[in-house]
Amino acid sequence: MRLLNLFKIATKAIVLNKTRTLLTMLGIIIGVASVIAMLAIGEGSKESIRTTISAMGSNMITIKAGADTRGGVRQEASVMESLTLSDYKAIKAQSNLLSYSTPVVEGKGQVINGSNNWPSSIYGVNPEYLSIKVVDLQSGSMFTEAEVQTAAKVAIIGQTVVDNIFPNGQEPVGQMIRFNNIPFKVIGVLEEKGENTFGQDQDDVVFAPYTTVQKRILAIDHLNQIMASAVSEEEAPNAVIELSSILREQHKLTDSEDDDFHVRSMEELISTFSSTSEMLTILLVAVASISLLIGGIGIMNIMYVSVKERTKEIGLRMAVGGKGSDILMQFLIEAILISITGGILGVILGLGATVFIEKFLNWPTSVAMYSIVISFAVCAVTGIFFGWYPARKASALDPITALRYE
Amino acid sequence: MSKAIIKIEDLKREFTMGTETVHALRGISFDIKEGEFVTIMGSSGSGKSTMLNILGCLDQPTSGTYQIDGVRVKDLSRNELATIRNEKIGFIFQSYNLLARTSAIENVELPLLYNSKVSSEERRKRAIEALEKVGLGERLHHTQSQLSGGQQQRVAIARSLVNNPVMILADEATGNLDTRTSYEIMSLFQELNKQGITITFVTHEPDIATFSSRTIVLKDGEIMQDYLNNNVQSAANELAKLPKQDH
Ligand SMILES: Nc1ncnc2c1ncn2[C@@H]1O[C@H](COP(=O)(O)OP(=O)(O)OP(=O)(O)O)[C@@H](O)[C@H]1O
Ligand SMILES: [Mg+2]
Repeated sequence: MRLLNLFKIATKAIVLNKTRTLLTMLGIIIGVASVIAMLAIGEGSKESIRTTISAMGSNMITIKAGADTRGGVRQEASVMESLTLSDYKAIKAQSNLLSYSTPVVEGKGQVINGSNNWPSSIYGVNPEYLSIKVVDLQSGSMFTEAEVQTAAKVAIIGQTVVDNIFPNGQEPVGQMIRFNNIPFKVIGVLEEKGENTFGQDQDDVVFAPYTTVQKRILAIDHLNQIMASAVSEEEAPNAVIELSSILREQHKLTDSEDDDFHVRSMEELISTFSSTSEMLTILLVAVASISLLIGGIGIMNIMYVSVKERTKEIGLRMAVGGKGSDILMQFLIEAILISITGGILGVILGLGATVFIEKFLNWPTSVAMYSIVISFAVCAVTGIFFGWYPARKASALDPITALRYE
Repeated sequence: MSKAIIKIEDLKREFTMGTETVHALRGISFDIKEGEFVTIMGSSGSGKSTMLNILGCLDQPTSGTYQIDGVRVKDLSRNELATIRNEKIGFIFQSYNLLARTSAIENVELPLLYNSKVSSEERRKRAIEALEKVGLGERLHHTQSQLSGGQQQRVAIARSLVNNPVMILADEATGNLDTRTSYEIMSLFQELNKQGITITFVTHEPDIATFSSRTIVLKDGEIMQDYLNNNVQSAANELAKLPKQDH
């Protein structure tokens, strides 16, 4: 009964003081919404990096010649010739934790079809490459192990290459093209993948058997990389250890010698890039906290000033028999209603802004539950506290003192 | 003789403003018995409102004692004082003190909102009755800014009646009313007084004092005169004597 009455009084007061209510809510709405939107941007970019990397194959392991790049100088990988086919064979024979593996050699050059030519990259791999990278062909078929053995001049090309050397829309599969003047028969076209997070066009590639690329294009014996995929994401770190020990043995490295190769799992790559986007998130959190603080100060100001204004009202309510606790409860209910409504509107606006950013600015976003909870809680607590605190002070006055308040 | 509902002894109230001290009440003592109708008179600044605020449990004296119905007010907690204000006292402020942007009926209902024994239907019913008593039955939903000064004053009077108080404290309750309306209000008060309600009425106008049974005159925070009125006039009679088309 008493609570119901106080609830009525509070809602009445909220309606009577529309401007004050709206201004207070505005502080809360903007505070909550900006935190949600900013954290959504931060989380979104983090997530998009993660998905891009896992789309490359989250079990993927790469082995490159030369010591680890991280910390310290190392030689250009291309001039290192320590990775060889016998390394690959040793890995293939000894490792238990890999489901696929392929040697990789890479080079750059011109792809030519008649009068059309296009600078691109060629990768020499074996058929398992598609499974490692989790890509498919949109037409044609992958070359076979037999074609690798015979160093057949067959190629799989990406969509960008197709667009540039078959500008008239001919069917590329079955056509002859040349890469650095070596003729290749196109036997398949890769599924379109677009750019990855790092801005690389993943369709601007030519794949051919590694034997062919080694002999006919690059004229080398060594490998640039070995790519493999672990049997599972969980086993990837173990696979990295296993591969390292196989290679150390292969390269006859003594305990005092450092690795002349480096093995990396995707997981490491993910954490490297995640930590970069972590920085972005921290920055955004900082900005969001500031806007939350400003919103909070706004709420505080308006609540504080309005209670001062309403000291007279408090005096009158006490004069006609309102107890201190009644007054406090009224202001508490008011503050809760305003803060919660503002908070909900803020969440809605924040989510709306997030959708807008995603749709019209094309930024990846991901709304984090914690951002909703935290911003809502901070604003609600600020609103409620600063609605309650000045009311508590006013209700401690004698009624007549409060009534006299100017 | 009936018991004293108000008993004050050597009541002093000082206001400190910076280094200066204003002695609003300089030691006042008197009793008001249950069922009395007392008018308090005195020039402006003599301490009438200050005294009435203390009697209404809205303010505390600097020194001296105040007993209400035999209980020392000093010994009561803030909540007990609030309950007394809510259930026993009807207070009419000199400056009305209505809630802004709030209708007449809601202003009158206000004291009952803080009394959980009164249901919302009864609250409304009693508020309408109180407003009808002061002649504002047609103005239930007008807000403060839509009412004349006299009408606002009558809303304030209705608010003091709505909780069926045992004691009404009125600070210049007719100050803003024309003769006819103020006589109407006075006859209402006389009626309430006959029903046993104790009334303490601050006024400037000597003719209002003739409707009361006792008059206390203040000057500079001290009692100048305190006399019984042997010839109490009936406000209803005086009202009847007024020319008909007064307004
Ligand atoms: N809160 C206050 N602070 C300082 N001085 C005050 C305060 N309230 C009253 N006074 C002073 O106390 C004295 C008595 O004031 P009070 O309001 O009681 O007069 P009053 O008899 O009601 O006058 P009026 O007939 O004009 O209403 C005045 O001199 C006034 O200035
Ligand atoms: Mg006065």
